[in-house]
Amino acid sequence: MNDFNRNRFVEFGLRFYILLSFAFVFAPIAASFVFSFNSDRFPSIPLGTFSTEWYVAVATDPLVWEGLRNTLFVGLFVAVVSTILGFGAAYTDFRYRFSGKSAYLALALLPPTIPVVILGLAMLAFLSRINLSGQSISVIIAHIVICAPFAMAITRLRLSQMDPDLEAAAWNLGASEWSAMRHVIIPFASPAIFGALFITMAVSFDEFAVAWFVSGLNETLPVKVLGFLQGQVSPRINVIGTFVFVISMTLVIFAQLLLTGRTMDARAASDD
Amino acid sequence: MRRSISLYGLTFSLPMLIWQLVFFVAPLVFLIALSFWTVKNFKMEPDFDTVNWVTMYGRSVFWQSYGLTLALATAAAVITSILAFPCSFAIAFKLSPKYRQWAIFLMVIPFFTSYLVRVYSWQIFLSDNGIINGLFAQVGMGPFPLLNTVFATMIGYLTLTFPLVVLLQLFSLIFIDRTLIEAAHNLRCGRIRTVFAVVIPSARVGLVIAALFCFILSFGDFVSPVYLGGGDPTTLSILITDTTKSGQQWPRAAVIALTMIATLLAVAFAAVGFAYKGRTK
Repeated sequence: MNDFNRNRFVEFGLRFYILLSFAFVFAPIAASFVFSFNSDRFPSIPLGTFSTEWYVAVATDPLVWEGLRNTLFVGLFVAVVSTILGFGAAYTDFRYRFSGKSAYLALALLPPTIPVVILGLAMLAFLSRINLSGQSISVIIAHIVICAPFAMAITRLRLSQMDPDLEAAAWNLGASEWSAMRHVIIPFASPAIFGALFITMAVSFDEFAVAWFVSGLNETLPVKVLGFLQGQVSPRINVIGTFVFVISMTLVIFAQLLLTGRTMDARAASDD
Repeated sequence: MRRSISLYGLTFSLPMLIWQLVFFVAPLVFLIALSFWTVKNFKMEPDFDTVNWVTMYGRSVFWQSYGLTLALATAAAVITSILAFPCSFAIAFKLSPKYRQWAIFLMVIPFFTSYLVRVYSWQIFLSDNGIINGLFAQVGMGPFPLLNTVFATMIGYLTLTFPLVVLLQLFSLIFIDRTLIEAAHNLRCGRIRTVFAVVIPSARVGLVIAALFCFILSFGDFVSPVYLGGGDPTTLSILITDTTKSGQQWPRAAVIALTMIATLLAVAFAAVGFAYKGRTK
């Protein structure tokens, strides 16, 4: 049907351009992986020999473990709270119409569009005013502000595929609002809820700027990486980078499988 | 569906509202107050003094940074949009639905994987004895200074924004009515002309929004200008981190931050106005 652009050369060129784009996007991730196993201290080609010495160096560094512990602690907390807040806001949008709704939605979706340096400064100034800066809780608070909108967007997308009459049907059959929530809404939204948990954890896991501003001594792993970057070149960053990539990619891939998989089911079902 | 306020409804709607009012709106509003505070003997004191505004706006360094940041972010928005368009166009029109889903799947991944480490990784490519100069050396050329240049900063901005811009462009391209394109084709409109006369105008909203997001992200980013651009000349984001991290000059940093927010709001309104211009919806 799409027969403008039949020219072979153009067809090939465009497809090649897609590959080139992906090469650009994934090159740094691949390079980090390759050079984490390289014996040379200073990355250059030709490569040195295969070596796991940098992995050993990282694994035996107590600072890295401390950062990782902070990151995981913060990430889990942030994921759970953000998902709850995001679900509530998405459900509010799905179910209710009220004046000021667009302001409510803006508030629930805007934070990730504010540059992180500005958010970081504002959080630092505000949290230190109420004696909450320089702790893990400061990072958690700030990350929930950034992550809850992602959870909201994901859940909202899922709920928008739901027939609003389903909930009403449950009420008519005698279910209370709460049990309709438990037996109709939550089961339907569950792929999005898990997807939101994974995505928000990935976002928190990678967020370094706001965390850098507010964390004080309780640095998360990405903040430690920022510290390493300010020092000298070290293949250790590649090791940590590879580790971080593997974790966040796993989380994001899981989330995507959950979300798109069920969406396709729904589409297939509605096509019948 | 319209119901009066109930405990049930509030349980779901209030937590987000309260959290974002207390920890998002309040800090930003506090930033305004902070910009009028004074610093005496390395301690901040609540005050209502315009000294920070006068000092910052009186410095030529500040305006140089402002101009530079604006220029860099604008360049990033234009360059990224142009480089991303053939990619999103090809994914939208040249791939089967199955491969298109795969492409979207792959483009979402980098958006959520550490930008910081990816920037570090670009140093491996761009440094004087890095991969690219290593390849040049094999054929007897170089080394070319790539790191600590505007070029490197742009690579960093592209790393940050390219996947997002492709996705946003893609979502507007997918929803173009394909019969429009066929009509153009039947009317013997050439290939390139169809892109400029039919595809781009139909997808205008998405294209402008994508460029806007690229602008916002590049405008506020401090990682690329520092670790790829070498930190010199200074962008506003570098100015904020330096001012904040080196002592108690937070009120001055607040002035910079508020100026940035005002600029972003102006740009966002202009862009959205342009995107929806002539639309009645």
